[in-house]
Amino acid sequence: MSNPVHDRITTLVTSNDVVLFMKGTPFFPQCGFSSTAIQILERLGVGFESVDVLADPEIRAGIKDYSDWPTIPQLYVKGEFVGGSDIMIEMFQAGELQALVAEAGIASQA
Amino acid sequence: MAMAAQDIESAILAALPGAVVDITDLAGDGDHYAAVVTASQFAGLSRVAQQRLVYNALGGRMGGALHALKLTTIPA
Repeated sequence: MSNPVHDRITTLVTSNDVVLFMKGTPFFPQCGFSSTAIQILERLGVGFESVDVLADPEIRAGIKDYSDWPTIPQLYVKGEFVGGSDIMIEMFQAGELQALVAEAGIASQA
Repeated sequence: MAMAAQDIESAILAALPGAVVDITDLAGDGDHYAAVVTASQFAGLSRVAQQRLVYNALGGRMGGALHALKLTTIPA
């Protein structure tokens, strides 16, 4: 039953408080949606781990099943799938993303 | 590959009868859209669950034939 890619993803999302699966890197996002997600995380001021799915085809294919979500970027907080960039924008504008991070006990570095 | 705005709308309406779907072709290239979907089916669901309903309506095309869809879901 064990799926090695899913095991890798589980390790990634549980060993880091905040993980963004994205296209490209925080410095050079390769897609507008990933760029938006990075801007939100920077405004949020939390440390995060990013995973470039373009550099890791196995993760790119596996994350869509893992999350039951067809698009990239994908945000995880404390091992839980939060959403893609549209949801990140809505939650940030509503103050919900800030609350989620605060409740998770993740310190803002801003 | 691309997908016509009308195909996106009819796929969503087929899965979410009674929904109001407003689609904008962002780049004019038939490949980058924004959709605002208002549906009573979203009531009480999390944002993730609401968007999953729309993604499921599009079958496997999201992330494939349809590259970019900025999605806003509003419970009616």
